[in-house]
This record gives sequence, structure tokens and C-alpha cells, in this order.
Amino acid sequence: MSQATFRIWRSRPGEAGGFADYRTEVSEGMVVLDAVHQIQADQAPDLACRWNCKAGKCGSCSAEINGRPRLMCMSRLNTLDLTQPVTVEPMRTFPLIKDLVTDVSWNFRVKKGIQCFQPRRPDAADGTWRMAQRDADRVQEFRKCIECFLCQDVCHVLRDHDKHDEFIGPRFFTYSAALEIHPLDSAERLGDLKDTQGIGYCNITKCCTKVCPEHIHITDNAIIPLKERVVDRFYDPVTRLLRMFR
Amino acid sequence: MPAAHSYAYDVLIVGAGGAGLRAAIEAAQSGVTVGLICKSLLGKAHTVMAEGGMAAALANVDDRDNWKVHFADTMRGGQYVNNWRMAEIHAKEAPDRVRELEAYGAVFDRTADGRILQRNFGGHRYPRLAHVGDRTGLELIRTLQDHAIHLGITVHMEHTVIELLLDDGRAAGVLAYDRERGRFHTFAAKAVVLATGGIGRAYKITSNSWEGTGDGHALAYRAGAELIDMEFVQFHPTGMVWPPSVRGILVTEGVRGEGGVLRNSEGRRFMFDDIPDNYKPQTASDPEEGWRYTQGDKNARRPPELLTRDHVARCINREVKAGRGSPHGGVFLDIAWIKEKLPDAEAHIKRKLPSMYHQFKELADLDITKEPMEVGPTTHYIMGGIRVDGDSQESSIRGLFAAGECAAGINGANRLGGNSLSDLIVFGKRAGEYAAASARQRGPVRLDEGAIDRAMKASLEPFDRGGGGENPYKVQHDLQDTMQALVGIVRTEGEMQEALDRLAAFRERAARAGVEGHREYHAGWHTCLDLRNLLDVSEAITRSAIERKESRGGHFREDYPDKAAEFGTVNIATRRVADGTMQVTRVPIPEMPAELKQVIEAEKQ
Repeated sequence: MSQATFRIWRSRPGEAGGFADYRTEVSEGMVVLDAVHQIQADQAPDLACRWNCKAGKCGSCSAEINGRPRLMCMSRLNTLDLTQPVTVEPMRTFPLIKDLVTDVSWNFRVKKGIQCFQPRRPDAADGTWRMAQRDADRVQEFRKCIECFLCQDVCHVLRDHDKHDEFIGPRFFTYSAALEIHPLDSAERLGDLKDTQGIGYCNITKCCTKVCPEHIHITDNAIIPLKERVVDRFYDPVTRLLRMFR
Repeated sequence: MPAAHSYAYDVLIVGAGGAGLRAAIEAAQSGVTVGLICKSLLGKAHTVMAEGGMAAALANVDDRDNWKVHFADTMRGGQYVNNWRMAEIHAKEAPDRVRELEAYGAVFDRTADGRILQRNFGGHRYPRLAHVGDRTGLELIRTLQDHAIHLGITVHMEHTVIELLLDDGRAAGVLAYDRERGRFHTFAAKAVVLATGGIGRAYKITSNSWEGTGDGHALAYRAGAELIDMEFVQFHPTGMVWPPSVRGILVTEGVRGEGGVLRNSEGRRFMFDDIPDNYKPQTASDPEEGWRYTQGDKNARRPPELLTRDHVARCINREVKAGRGSPHGGVFLDIAWIKEKLPDAEAHIKRKLPSMYHQFKELADLDITKEPMEVGPTTHYIMGGIRVDGDSQESSIRGLFAAGECAAGINGANRLGGNSLSDLIVFGKRAGEYAAASARQRGPVRLDEGAIDRAMKASLEPFDRGGGGENPYKVQHDLQDTMQALVGIVRTEGEMQEALDRLAAFRERAARAGVEGHREYHAGWHTCLDLRNLLDVSEAITRSAIERKESRGGHFREDYPDKAAEFGTVNIATRRVADGTMQVTRVPIPEMPAELKQVIEAEKQ
């Protein structure tokens, strides 16, 4: 069995923090999260990291591995260069709590501010609805989201420009898009997207799409169609003209 | 030493998986104040791992289905030691609970005429599982979460409950600590709902996340509540076996529901070799009939791969022990073979089983549309738990309710796949409803300051012992090895007695466990606190398993390989008695009403 070095961010609340190197044994099939757990069990019992399912389904173990936002549980060691130390850092867009754990509570607050699902009246007398599979498929692409917040982490509007108060980020554009194209939904969200949720700030660099572990086409299928809807509603000259005479 | 914060709610819910969220929604909608404590972030609970679907007799795909068939299937699967009242309520109410999810925004896969699609699953007579590809659990938890956040529920994330507090013998709240700062908080509540999930972390090979440490089971037990059926642990037949780091991760039964077959190293479909008598009338007589069943032929019977989980797990275990296993100690699960039957098999598999495709591709470098998977049993679920009243979900402690995996009764000796997600929403709703009603009738509660102080002091002892104490991870690891080896799929009296001796030794080691550092987000300290719970549930599993001297459902005794009639009428109960030891008793199962007996007889054929 061979060994590899993991350069892991260590910090305590209120302190600056820095990298510490840990050497640990690596074996076939291991992922970064396995290495972190091994280090936790043998060398650093107080090392803080979030994780739950270890199968890419819960979105808890988000981190920056060799500088790239990824899930630790889905980052196989055989895809990394183990002759060099593997750096493991917390998501930098969110306030640090300790080691690899960040304060992601902003995301939960943002979601609460988005107009929730409101179903149209049921289609059938028994209170149920009818929906075509192809319409379900379109929504399900967005509903695959595991809320790992890697897209929020990589988005420069949040990361570099700190627009947390004016911009909800790719995760919540995806969430809004899922509600907007939900075949049963009847609520109105376009005004908020334009006025308070900052959809205009996104300049489609597609960084979010690149890091999405669920391979959701965030930019192409969620953000751009939302931008188009906002433009159609508020900026289209013909509709504006018509509206004046209404 | 005062607690950092004190909170007070009418209803306090511990656990934010499917059952906890559904209970919170119901309680909040009835107008009481609701607090919700979760061990991780909201939306990360183990429910997200559920794949196949939720069972409800909607009869959208096969109109012969109804609550009676579902009830009879559940009782047959549970080998008739279920709480029949819960099985009845579950079968009757699951369809409404599933339809309600759609009103909350869930998007299920559809039938051709636009209704909720249902798929086949082990032990279910008709296609019954409402599903979303193979990520139904994520859909369930996200739907409930996104609905719940608009109802005024206060959510306390990353809090761990340390002690259940009683006032005059009634549940009155909890002591918890927050992971971020490591501070203690008291929660006073007029009713408490435990929805803490399972115990998988007591075993080495498990599909459960780190959270599955039997917290609710142990909190209720230490407070004096009765646990039942703890010997019934479900070993899911298909967990990943390779590479080692992913061993135990679930491979959905949906793979078999979509036509996947099990083969041994000789290429034989060994499940055809061992079909239990009570399932023979409903099982396919040849592979062709089995295939037709998976493709929706109503005249075909199901393939033996879709027999109940306990049976399939034992058959796989037998093949491996007989030397007919796969290279890494499992058997082969093949869905790629369906290309012989379907023209667009590759796309079909990716559409029906997207997360399985993804999981094997990314974690095992294996393309399931081209090659068979290697699978073997993994500790998945515990049928046993807190004994509750079938209607109200109230435990043997007044004001203490339980729902979901930590409650016992609906599943008897073995749970059918798909009955868990429906259990969460049916009994989560009921627990929330009855807890709110109970809270409304109750005056202010008083928390026992002495008990709080003692619990806080005890919780901090690992820091007093420091790094010189036992490594808590090592104790947990050894405990998992012991349960896996001695109280696993195949059990004997001698091995389980040895397990009890070892558990006693682990208790001593756990009492010496120590950690260094600060209280903030300290995983080692958390493990020290988990150990108590793991030890209590492991002891309850082992003692119950020793008491049940027969084989039934998830409980298989090599020294008593057959079912015994005398055990068919009792549940095994464990309870903490005054001197702190665990008392094991046999509790008679109440007589089933004649009309339910008739339902079972009529469905037997």
C-alpha cells in the first residue's frame, strides 16, 4: 500500500488558520473523503468536515480540492496527481466555521425568500393532476439538485463581488426555473428575479455548470431561459407599447 | 453550568428526514409552535438515499391493486408479527399522502395518461411504487423541506440531542448541543416526536450515513420507553462490494424491478433454486415469465430476484459462502443483459436508473449498461424500534411520539422495499397530528435542572480525559466489527453470547474515551457521544436476537433455522429497568380483527 500527502485547511473560529500536511495510506478506489476520514480517525480527531451519504446524493461534503470545487465523496484519488500534496480547502465563498466546514446558512435564507410552489386547480374531480412525462423530465433535471452549493461557491458574482444581498446565485436560479416550468405551478416570480434577485448580474460564464456534480445545465437550461422570460416580460418593446394602451 | 439557550415549543421534533418533516408540517398546520432539530443541515437526512420509490395502492398502473392487497403484502412480508393496525392504516392512507406530495410540488414519473407512474418492487403484488427515476428519496425530502420552510417552523440545524427530559413521567423536552460552537441548549416541549431514523452504523458494512447511530431508539430507551422487534435488522441484498471504500453503498432494488438479474460465478440465476413455499404461487416459473413481469405483463408473475429482501440476502450469502461468488465477495447483478430484449437498452437504463449509472461510473469505473455489477448484502434498515400506539404513534412514555424508522410495528420481521418512504409520510403525519393535539391539552412543562446539569457534565468528560483516553473511533470501529461478525445475517446463540461479553467490554472502553481540543465542530467528541447510543441499540439487538429462538424475516438463526409457532404470536420487547440493566420480555401480539384476517386469507390464494 502506498502513501499520499493531503494538505488540509485547519482553522478555529475567530483564528486565521492555514494548511497542515497529513500523510496517510491510500488504496484502490479511495476517494478524498476516505482519506479525510482516515486522517480524522488516526491523526486529527478534531478535524471538522461535513458528510452524510458518501455516494454523491446528499451534497454535504463540498470542498475545494486542488483548487477546484468538488464533492469529496466523488473525487477519486486515481484522478489526482498523488506525487504532489492534494490540497483540500473549504468553500471560499462562504464564511468559515472550522477547518473544512463553512457557514452556508445564507442559502437557506435565500430559499425562504423565493415565492413557493402554488399548484393550479386540480385537473380531475378526485383532486389529482395530469402531467406528461416530457414535461416532468424538464423539471426533473433541476430537481436533481443536491444542494451542495458548489455552483454558489464558484460563481464570481458571489465569490469575487460579494453580491449576496442582491443576487441569489445559480442554485436558486435553478430552483426558480424548476418552479417556473413546473407544469402545475401558477405563482409569479419574474418581478423578483429582475428586481431583488439579480438575474441580470449573471454574465453566463458557465462556471456553475462546469462544477455541478449532477451535471445540470444550469446556465443553458435554467438561467438563460429565465433571463429570456424576464426580458420578454419587462423589456420587449412591443409588449411595453401594448401595455401602455391597456 | 447553565445551558447557552433555552427554547420552548408546543411540539418539538427530533430528526428532519421524511418522517420528521412530515410531522413538523402537520403540527405547524394545526396551529401549534413547532421546533425541528436536525443532526445535519436541513435536507441532508438519510431519506435522500432512498431510491426505488414509495409504496401506495394508487392502482394507476394495475387497477387490481387496492389497500387490502397492500395490507396483505405487508403482513406476508413481515411474517405476521407486524402491528396489524399500523399495516392497515399504512395501506389505507398511503395513497392520499402520496397525492398530497404532488400538491406540495413533487414531480413523479408519469403514466402514458399523465398520472403518477408506479413500478414493481420485491414483495409487492402489483406495480405500486410511485417514483422519480431512482432518486425518489431526494424528491420526497426536498418537497417536504421546501413546503415546510414557509410554515413558521423553527429549524435548529446541526444540533445533536443528548438527553430526553421528563417531567412527572411525561416527555418534557430535550438537552442538545450545537455542533458549530459546542454549546448546550435546552428545549422545553409539551410533546416530543422522535424521527431519528436507523442504526446502520452499529455494523461495519452499511448503507447508512454517519447519522444512523440509533439516537432516538437509545434516547427513548434510556428514558424508560419500550423497544420492540430489535432483532429484526434488514440486510439489503444489494450493496456495492467494490472498491472497498464504497462497500455497503446501496444499489437500488429498482435495478431488479427494471429487469436486472442475479447470477453467481457459474452464470446461474440462483434465485430460481430457492423459492419459499408461501411465495411460490406468485413467482415466475422461468426467466421469460419474470422478464415479462418486469415489462408490465399483468399475466406474468414476478421473477425470484424480487422475493423479499431477507430471503434474497440469505441466498446471496449462501452463494458466496459456497464459493460461487464474484471476485470481490459478492454476486453479479446484471441489467446490461436487457439489450437482448430492448433495442434502446442503454438509453433505457440511463433513463430509468440514472443515479445508479452515475454511482457505478464514478465510484467503480463500471458502465452498468455494459457490464454486470458486483453486489452483496449491506445493513440497511431496522424493523424494530420504539413501541408505539398504531393510531397515534405515542410511545409507552406519555407525550413522547415516534415515527419512521425509529418507530416499530408496521414492518414486522421484514420490511418490503418502498414501504419505508410511505411509512414516513403516513405516520409522520399522524405523529405530528397527535403530538399537536397532546400538546394543546397540556399545561406548562418544567425541566429537571438537576438532570440537565448531570447530562452536561457527563457529556464533557471525554475532554477531561483528553488525548490519553481511548480513541473513540477505535471503539466504534471494534463495535462495528463485532456486530457484523457475531450478530449479522446468520446468527447463533454462542456467537451472540460472545457479542454480549464484548459489548460489556466496549462499554468500559467507551467510558474511558477521551478527546483533545475545543468543543467547536469536534467530530471525535461527537463520536464519544454517539457511542452510548450505539452500545444501547447493539445490546438491544443482541438480547432480542438471543430471545427469539427461531428464524423469521430479517432474523436468521443457524441453530433454529425454522419458524416456530410460539414466536409467531409475540414481539420481543426490551426496556431499561430501575437498576440500569436491560430487561427482555415477550409481549403477546393483540388478536387481529376478523375482517383483517379475512383480507389476508382472501389474498393468500
